[in-house]
Amino acid sequence: MGLVPFFQSHGVPYGWAWTLSYGIFTVIFELILAVSVAFFILADRKIWAAVHLRRGPNVVGPFGLLQTFADAFKFFFKEVIIPAGANKILFLLAPLITATLAFSAWAVIPVNAGWVISNINVGILYLFAISSLSVYGVIVAGWSSNSKYPFLAALRCAAQMVSYEVSIGFVIITVLLFAGSLNLTAIVEAQRHGWFAFTMLFPMFVIFFISSLAETQRPPFDLLEAESELVAGFMTEYSSTPFLLFFLGEYMNVIMLCGLMTVLFLGGWLPVWDVWPLNAVPGVIWFLLKLFALFFMNAMVKAIVPRYRYDQLMRLGWKVFLPVSLLWVVLTAGWVLFRSGGF
Amino acid sequence: MLQAIAFYVFSFVLLVSALMVVSARNPVHSVLFLIFAFFNAAGLFVLLGAEFLAMILVVVYVGAVAVLFLFVVMMLDVDFEDLKKGALQYLPIGALIGLGMAAELVLVGSVWAFAPGAHTALASATPAGMTNTEALGHILYTDYVYYFQIAGLVLLVAMIGAIVLTLRARPGVRRQSIPAQNARTPAMAMEMHDVKPGQGA
Repeated sequence: MGLVPFFQSHGVPYGWAWTLSYGIFTVIFELILAVSVAFFILADRKIWAAVHLRRGPNVVGPFGLLQTFADAFKFFFKEVIIPAGANKILFLLAPLITATLAFSAWAVIPVNAGWVISNINVGILYLFAISSLSVYGVIVAGWSSNSKYPFLAALRCAAQMVSYEVSIGFVIITVLLFAGSLNLTAIVEAQRHGWFAFTMLFPMFVIFFISSLAETQRPPFDLLEAESELVAGFMTEYSSTPFLLFFLGEYMNVIMLCGLMTVLFLGGWLPVWDVWPLNAVPGVIWFLLKLFALFFMNAMVKAIVPRYRYDQLMRLGWKVFLPVSLLWVVLTAGWVLFRSGGF
Repeated sequence: MLQAIAFYVFSFVLLVSALMVVSARNPVHSVLFLIFAFFNAAGLFVLLGAEFLAMILVVVYVGAVAVLFLFVVMMLDVDFEDLKKGALQYLPIGALIGLGMAAELVLVGSVWAFAPGAHTALASATPAGMTNTEALGHILYTDYVYYFQIAGLVLLVAMIGAIVLTLRARPGVRRQSIPAQNARTPAMAMEMHDVKPGQGA
């Protein structure tokens, strides 16, 4: 990236110049992300409030813009309480796992042509790996709390995330068949003549959206923190900064999956039509607009849809999404082969 | 330079966490160390240029298999300290077998000789003009497609076998019928009673 020649001109060898340059870009990118999460949380609360005909947070700062920062500072200055029976190291490690994974997932998401920290060949698999790892934050938290509600939440989480990862995997395969590459930038470029959401992959887009709600434990699939059954689920024993890290990680994951859906189905940074006033707008604006639209849908689902029962959740994952996405993999593969003249 | 540092860090942490898997007192810690070992193995794969294998290792082993391990181990209520006390009396015989195997490995390894030019026949992780994923795809789905299919069939048979062995139809079990539940109407589910005062329903 841009800073490598600068460091090299100051006598730094290439390897270290590259490392320094990427380190600086990563820190800047993650800082922007961490700050913008605060506004996403506020947006979520405002949308939720609007559906309830409430005002939502409106006291701290203009329109309540600084509410999330006030909440964050409140958490920082509270005491960290560790239950006597808890496994201390794992108890404090769990929120760190969640937050670190949520941040590291963003390394491969392209927000504009060439604007990506690490343009690796297997970007989509990397994201899949990271999102399948985020289950550990919850399981470790639930087990190390040594308390019954967090433990039940951990068990629910393990089953739920493993189930929905299966259908997410098949959805990703259909996209890969269309794009012909595992690189996220190449997947976006493959949509230059039509977004994948408006091809035969549209049902997969719907399945991916619903599965992503289950994967991030958003309502209506928030069975791990179902207040009526499990107090606060795996976060019951957490307070102060560890709780804040869980909260941050959860929202980062939601936004990351919105960004991933933008890349996979809505053409990433590409404009709606490739005509003059539209393609003059910077790609990053298009990316953000699409991400906001998906996040708005996410927030509306949270406000409108009642919580699923656990057996309904499992049934939806294994008996509806899995067969449908498997069938669609076969259909998509057939179509791709047909179009390339393979029959 | 940086690659060498990364290699030694990954290998060292991998070996230490593998050691901790067998020596940790708490079984949950063992599984977590196992996960950490998988992670470092994935790091080594990345250093070799086998990026696809690295990611699949994390997705399959860390993301799915180890979750199930953890799931089972967390729910076990076994006092592992008690089990380990008894295990110590088998130490001499275990050490003997271990030493024997180590000696055999050393003997085999020290006399092993590669045919001249064998290293040129090895497939590169990234052949010229191809990504690692494409190279693996060519090998699995073009060169050795029948072996791949047979491997898939073997796994399918094993899966069906496991289901057949554990499936049993018990009489007298009330099962949930989703269509019947969805077909219920208020008329079928409710009864209206006009309860007279002092009589009960």
